[in-house]
Amino acid sequence: MTGTAAEVVGAVTDPELPMLTLAELGVIREVRQDEDGVLVTITPTYSGCPAMESIRADIRSALRQAGFGRAEVRTVIAPPWTTDWISASGRRKLAEAGIAPPGAAPVRATGPIPINLSPRPTAVSCPRCGHTDTETLAAFGATACRELRRCPACREPFEHMREI
Amino acid sequence: MAFDDAYHALTDHDDDARWAYGTGFVDKLAGVPGDLPDGVDRADLAEYCLMLGDDALILSHRLQQWVTRAPELEDELALANIGLDLLGQARLLLTRAGVAEGWGRDEDDLAMRRDPSGFRNVRLAERADADFAHLVARLFALSTWRLALLDRLTASRDPMLAAIAAKGVKEVTYHRDYAAQWVVRLGDGTPLSHDRMRAAVETLAPQLAELFLSHPTEARLAEAGAAVDPATLEAEFTQVWTHVLQTATLTAQPVPSGAADAQPSGRAGEHTPALAEILDEMQGVARSVPGGAW
Repeated sequence: MTGTAAEVVGAVTDPELPMLTLAELGVIREVRQDEDGVLVTITPTYSGCPAMESIRADIRSALRQAGFGRAEVRTVIAPPWTTDWISASGRRKLAEAGIAPPGAAPVRATGPIPINLSPRPTAVSCPRCGHTDTETLAAFGATACRELRRCPACREPFEHMREI
Repeated sequence: MAFDDAYHALTDHDDDARWAYGTGFVDKLAGVPGDLPDGVDRADLAEYCLMLGDDALILSHRLQQWVTRAPELEDELALANIGLDLLGQARLLLTRAGVAEGWGRDEDDLAMRRDPSGFRNVRLAERADADFAHLVARLFALSTWRLALLDRLTASRDPMLAAIAAKGVKEVTYHRDYAAQWVVRLGDGTPLSHDRMRAAVETLAPQLAELFLSHPTEARLAEAGAAVDPATLEAEFTQVWTHVLQTATLTAQPVPSGAADAQPSGRAGEHTPALAEILDEMQGVARSVPGGAW
C-alpha cells in the first residue's frame, strides 16, 4: 500500500477543478479505517453539484488501486460546505490556473438575510496582472461556483470562485 | 445492479439497470436517515418534504425550459445553475419524503410516478412565463419566499430538514439576488423594459396570496417545531418585495391576503393545467418506456 487511506483520499483531484485535491477543496470530513474497510465521509459543495457523483467514484477507485479493500463513501450535508474550507495551497493553485480564489465567506448577521441589488462589490484581484479593481461580467459561469469577471488593466476576462 | 459511476450505469447493456427510470447508479443521498424526532408525525413530515421538494423540482423544470430561450448566454448559464441547485434540493427533500413515509419509494418514484394531484408544490412554481420579465418577477418572488422559509427551517427539530435548509439558504440567497437585480434593471431601464416589468409584476401580485396560506399539515408540523408556518413569512416577504419594486421605480403592488382561503391550493394537490403540461414533458420518457434501458 502507498500511504494511509486518508492520504490516498486526500490526493484525489476534483473533476471540475483538477488543479485541486479533495483535501485542498475541503470536502473531506473523515476517513476511517477498520477491519471492514475504509469509510470516507465527504460534504457536497452545492446541493445539485453533478461532480459529487464522480468524486465518490474516484475516491473508491483510488482506494482500490492503492490496495485498500472495501470502501464506502458517505455524504453529510451539515454543516454545509463553505469556500472558507479551501486550503491556502488550494487558493494558490486556483490563482496559478487563472481562477481568482474566493475571499472570506459572508458572515451571517442576525435578522433577515440582506438582499444585494448591485453587482458584487467584492474586491477581486486579477489573477493575471494583479490589478485590484476588476468588474463582474456575469454572476454565473460554467458552474455554480464560478462567476465571470474582467480586468480593466490587462483587459482579460477571468473566472472567480464565488464565496459561499 | 448498481454502479460506481454514471458512465458505467449508462453503458452497461447486460443487466437490468435502468436509465429512463432511475439511473442504475447508487447515490449515497439515499443514506438519508429514517429516524424521526419525538412528536413528529411520519405522514406529516413526508408530506411536508414533498411540498418543499415539489416547489424546487417544478420551478427547476420551468427554469430549464428557458435554456436556449434566454436573452443572453450568461442568463442561460445563470438559469441552468439555479435550476441545478433547486434540483439538488429537490432530490434531498424527495428522498427524505420517501424515507419518512416508509413505503419504499425513492426520489425517482416520487418525481416520475405521481400524477398532478399528487404534487404538493405551490401553484406559482408551475406557471408558465409569458416573457423574461415575467420569469424574473416570479423567480424573485419565489426565491424571496423560499429564502425566508429555509432560513427559519434551519431551526427545525428534524435534523435532516434543518441541514437541507442550511445548505439551501446559501444557494437561494444568490438566486434572489440574481432575480431582484433583473427586476431593478428592467424596471429602472428603458420605457419599454419598464412597461414590461410593470405588466409582469401586476400579473404576479394577485397570485402571491397562496404563498402565505397555512395548509393543515404545515400548521401541525410547525406546532411540533419541525416546519415553518408560511403565514409567518408574509412580513419579511412584503418588506423585501416593496423595497425591490421601489428601487425598480415600480409601483409597489400590495401582497393580497384574506381572500386567499377561497383559492384552490397547490399544497392540497389542486393545480393549474400548467402542471400537467410540465409533467407530460418531465415524466414522458419514464412513463412511455417503463423500466426502459438503452
